[in-house]
Amino acid sequence: MADRSGNFDVRHQGGFTLIAAFTFFALYLPIAVLVVFAFNGGDSISDWQGLSLHWFYEAARDDRVIDAAIRSFVLAVSAGGIATLTATLAAIATTRTAPYRGLSAKYAFINLPLMVPEIVTGVALLIFFSRVKMWTGYSGLGYLIAAHAAFCIPFAYLPIRARLESMDDSLERAAADLYATPFRAFRYVTLPLLWPGVLAGFMLAFVISLDDVVITEFVKSGGQDTLPTYMLGQIRRGTTPAMNAISTIFLLFSVLAVTIMFLVDGKRAKAQ
Amino acid sequence: MSAAPDLITLNHRRDIRNRWLLSLPALLIILLAATGPLLIVLIYSFLTPGDYGDVKWLFSTDAWVNVLFQRDIFDDTLSLADAHISIFLRSINLSVMTTIATVVFGFPTAWFIATRPARTRELWLFLITIPFWTNILIRTFAMLEVIRNEGLVNMLLIKAGIINAPIQMLFTDGAVLAGMVYVYLPMMVLPVYASLEKLDFRLVEAAYDLYATPFRVLTKVILPIVKPGVVAGSILVFIPSLGAYVSPSILGGGKNLMIGNLIGLQFGQGRNWPLGSALSISLMIVVMIALLAYVRYAGKGANAHG
Repeated sequence: MADRSGNFDVRHQGGFTLIAAFTFFALYLPIAVLVVFAFNGGDSISDWQGLSLHWFYEAARDDRVIDAAIRSFVLAVSAGGIATLTATLAAIATTRTAPYRGLSAKYAFINLPLMVPEIVTGVALLIFFSRVKMWTGYSGLGYLIAAHAAFCIPFAYLPIRARLESMDDSLERAAADLYATPFRAFRYVTLPLLWPGVLAGFMLAFVISLDDVVITEFVKSGGQDTLPTYMLGQIRRGTTPAMNAISTIFLLFSVLAVTIMFLVDGKRAKAQ
Repeated sequence: MSAAPDLITLNHRRDIRNRWLLSLPALLIILLAATGPLLIVLIYSFLTPGDYGDVKWLFSTDAWVNVLFQRDIFDDTLSLADAHISIFLRSINLSVMTTIATVVFGFPTAWFIATRPARTRELWLFLITIPFWTNILIRTFAMLEVIRNEGLVNMLLIKAGIINAPIQMLFTDGAVLAGMVYVYLPMMVLPVYASLEKLDFRLVEAAYDLYATPFRVLTKVILPIVKPGVVAGSILVFIPSLGAYVSPSILGGGKNLMIGNLIGLQFGQGRNWPLGSALSISLMIVVMIALLAYVRYAGKGANAHG
């Protein structure tokens, strides 16, 4: 049973530590294997044949990969941008106020996309957009941008709202007392204070959009593959280490985005 | 009355109107490109399938009947649609097992993180967050590479002389389960960690000092405090597992379908949009039940604590 000697510490549970060690190991092992084999010289994704950047060249030479990567980036920037802008406005409208009618309904509605399984949203948009396509004849990237913006809004909203709620409004009131117009007070007082939240919101929305597979798979028109849907198609057909190389670059981007987010957040924590 | 209160009411009204205007763009985008089309799905589930996908505007309950029954093409009798029911049951079963497995691995991991000194705690948390923000597709692909017949696990087992021929792990329910646990684990660790942060470890020590067994300490002291985190984590894991599309289509191959794939198929090769719509609504209903149970639990918890 429990060790009752002098240095007994309930927080130290040997069994738990063991399971935690296994969890961390199991969490990173597959990713590590994936990255290592991206640098394999041979054709195999299991047989190591020397260090090489061969597959990165292969991936970079493939027009479909570059095309999909550019589309993913454009989509993530525009959908992330729209989501961040509208989520900022919504956050301003739903914080630092006495409860008013419809406020909690607004919260619920903004977070609703998180409750619906992706596959259901995907087929719902497939049905709806195929109608719209017939009516308007337009079949561009707009549908994907709208779909991505919609499911990115709750993610962008979260840090912006948190930031707003932690700010008190005395500085803005001071600005108003000094005859600043509401717009100038917002531009020169609120926005600079809110900025880290907006940035974190955009990074979140950007990463969420970049990662999406399911909704994109159902909404995209022909020839509108993003990097994840292109990869899904390739993985279903069997893969070469080129897929590992693409994944490695993709991973690098995600880690970079998350690190930036953590640093921005950390700075905020220190400032307070 | 004087004009002053009227001015205040007027300002107040204007403030609320502005607040609606400001939130309008976000609400509109969500309505048009996320939640509104769900109503169309509901309507489509009561229509007749078109010849090449899409629908004919004829009312029909066939799709709903087809969710549970299949019509015999020879004598027109109805029998239970084993395929659909078994896919629904498999999905629920796999999602429950995924949830349990994420608790088994996630709780000790969250405990480990919560008991680190403040300096290193951030780093451990960061290590959990990175996979969380890494593409699900890439993580599933990584899992595929490890458990393939020529993958690392089989290779090591063969090299160690434990087995002679590779074990077929890919394209089994076990592979789908492993993939989902792998992908959704951070969703369990983060909320459990958040609730463990609130645990006062002096309470645990006090229980030990009063000769409680470790099991009783766990059930009587730790669990009541951590339970909201575990329940929140379970919802965060269970709901996406139930609608999982990527894990079963990559790790389950063509045979081990889940509801998500079944729905997807109706809009692809199967081309029965009303059936796909009815299946989507059925999935939504199961998700709603899980969410309502959670809301009731959370509401009760809030009442119990004052």
